[in-house]
Amino acid sequence: MCLAVPGKIVEIYETNGLLMGKIDFGGVTREVCLSYVPEAKVGDYTIIHVGFALNLIDEQEAMETLALLDEISKQDIEE
Amino acid sequence: MKYLSEYRDAQLVRAVMDEISRTIHQPWVIMEICGGQTHSIMKYGLEQLLPADVELVHGPGCPVCVTSLEMIDKALAIASLPNVIFTSYGDMLRVPGSSGDLFSVRATGGDVRVVYSSLDAIKIAQENPDKQVVFFAIGFETTAPANAMSVIQAHNLGLENFSLLVSHVRVPPAMHAILGSPSSRVQGFLAAGHVCSVMGFWEYPSIAEKYNVPITITGFEPLDIAQGILLTIRQLENGSHAVENAYARVVTFDGNRPAQKTIRQVFEDCAQAWRGIGMIPLSGWRLKDEFSNYDATNRFQVQSIKPSESQLCIAGQILQGLKKPVNCPAYATQCTPEHPLGATMVSSEGACAAYYRYGRSQ
Amino acid sequence: MTDPLPTIEGLVCPVPLPHNERIVLGHGSGGRMSFDLITKIFTSSFDNPILKQGDDGGVLSISTGDQAASQRVAISTDSHVVTPLFFPGGDIGKLAVCGTVNDVAMMGGNPLYLTTGFILEEGLDLEILRKVIESMRSSAVEAKVQVIAGDTKVVQKGKADGLYINTTGLGLIPDGVNISGHNARPGDVVILSGTIGDHGIAVLAARGELDFEAQLESDVAPLNNLVRAMLDVSKAIHVLRDPTRGGLATSLNEIALQSGVGINIYENAIPVKPAVAAACEMLGFDPLYVANEGKLIAIVANEVAEQILSTLKVHPLGQEAAIIGKITEHAGDHVTLKTTFGTTRMVDMLSGEMLPRIC
Repeated sequence: MCLAVPGKIVEIYETNGLLMGKIDFGGVTREVCLSYVPEAKVGDYTIIHVGFALNLIDEQEAMETLALLDEISKQDIEE
Repeated sequence: MKYLSEYRDAQLVRAVMDEISRTIHQPWVIMEICGGQTHSIMKYGLEQLLPADVELVHGPGCPVCVTSLEMIDKALAIASLPNVIFTSYGDMLRVPGSSGDLFSVRATGGDVRVVYSSLDAIKIAQENPDKQVVFFAIGFETTAPANAMSVIQAHNLGLENFSLLVSHVRVPPAMHAILGSPSSRVQGFLAAGHVCSVMGFWEYPSIAEKYNVPITITGFEPLDIAQGILLTIRQLENGSHAVENAYARVVTFDGNRPAQKTIRQVFEDCAQAWRGIGMIPLSGWRLKDEFSNYDATNRFQVQSIKPSESQLCIAGQILQGLKKPVNCPAYATQCTPEHPLGATMVSSEGACAAYYRYGRSQ
Repeated sequence: MTDPLPTIEGLVCPVPLPHNERIVLGHGSGGRMSFDLITKIFTSSFDNPILKQGDDGGVLSISTGDQAASQRVAISTDSHVVTPLFFPGGDIGKLAVCGTVNDVAMMGGNPLYLTTGFILEEGLDLEILRKVIESMRSSAVEAKVQVIAGDTKVVQKGKADGLYINTTGLGLIPDGVNISGHNARPGDVVILSGTIGDHGIAVLAARGELDFEAQLESDVAPLNNLVRAMLDVSKAIHVLRDPTRGGLATSLNEIALQSGVGINIYENAIPVKPAVAAACEMLGFDPLYVANEGKLIAIVANEVAEQILSTLKVHPLGQEAAIIGKITEHAGDHVTLKTTFGTTRMVDMLSGEMLPRIC
């Protein structure tokens, strides 16, 4: 369920009392609602579903996971 | 693209798959709850990289597939009314009701419009004050924050021509229903990452405990899915049944608190009918009484509808992981994406459509 | 299409009926529903050997006077409907010329003449019509074709979306050229002339309904000069097709069906612009199904593949050309895709209209 894609916040503003922002998906931009991520800053990455930011992406966690999986791939080569 | 291409690295995915092969010593049945994961698995052919001992069964996490036939019929009836602009996420337009789909309503003169977001429907309502704008608010916990916000927004803007046809479903009650069934084959779960990004996973330890199943919160990219399967297999082989998070870049234990707060402000729990499965207690959300004037079923008197479902379609058993699409006698013969008998053949997330689209030659 | 219509009498589910009884948008999407409509309504009624070929246009032989030799002629017709009328990279006028020029070129024909018919909506601003006609003129100059006949009808306000344009094109097929969707042979190589999905995404963005912005231009262009350059290098070009509505996936499926072969393509060889890829991620589309208006698929003999590829690459319209797959002996008319993970999956025709999905 639920096609949600990562994008980068390039602008933050308010419309009709809602916190909105412009998201760059990599050459394509769209307005989304940022009301559920009030802590968002320009430059943050967020995960977007039906025009709403569901959460900010935690870069630290992302790097840790990739490092962990990288370890597995090194084991793979050694064997 | 950042946060996508890293998770589509073929070498890393193969390495994790190899690790799964080294870890596994007996057959296990794992259910990916979410149709988005089913779609990824078929699209990237990930099953071909898995050892034969891993059997993936496909869960009910496709909101388009499980929205009840009665609700689809209501949508068709409301969308056919004069003076109504019926707005919906694109996926719902092809879902078969008893007497057609939203596309056929459009072909007979109904004003049916695809929107990307519920807030787009609000915009349409503002621009068309002389029309009634109805938004088809379907989905799991992921669309709920957006759908709830549209009600708040309509309220704040004093929009009197906007209403929702609500059909919300929730994942944890469905997991209970699947695991509680005596015929359940599911031994481990890949939980739906985007649902958890909203709701967190504090509801899951009790499920893992009660049914002795490991649960791994899993994302949607090939590497996410491979990692989710690896963590689940490790637990199964060790005999443990904890909840683990393989999608930590997006999901926290608590989830998104502001979103949960808004959902609770607008919606309350209710029993919900799941297409192909049946009624599951407390598995849905409906509008609270204070927002009942935004409820399209109150605003439009739609005659009582007697839905009729195909007798050949085995979508219900597929959605519970009991059967696979290829076990259905109608699959790829009477039932195709152009002529679907059930919603699992319609949605690109539906298991039948994913099999048809990506796997028919195998 | 070889499958018979599914018989569903006696079933409770009445779903398939509405689509059978009324035209829905999916019938115009260029995918399987269009294909079914054409085979079941049109070709069955107008049945003849030329139409039966099922290519982008008809090919016929006209005997030239008292000489024994006959001249082969390619004729194709296309109606053009687009919202908005003007979009980044083109407009309905350029589309109307290029679309038909390309269909003639895909038969190996050298397009010479066009006829055109206009359906104009009451109230249309003349300035818009002037701009469209100027665009048709300059596209015709670029493609080296002449517009030799035309027709105009005006319909009441609300009965057309500004204007619709039909064009019919005629071209001569040089001796030694034998191009048809039926000619793909096992061992042949599949070449694509550039990135896919540019037109579909550029127009969708310009339409504004889904409220996104893309830094993209439509690829709409006349391909006949490119085809001529390819044919100058080798006549061992077996199939040409421009993957318009329904995209690359649908065109390859049609060819597989016509030739009775399998086609295997390689995911990592197919060029896609980052903005197209991003828009597809966001909307849940697959670039394989998104429309193109200035790209071609060439299926050529293995021996000449590299030569034709390098000819494409030096042409302005083929700089990003790539070998994307090969023809196999698979009997099931299947198109398969080798993923970047080394796995293989099926690639079907587009089914119905492409819809943005949330899930």
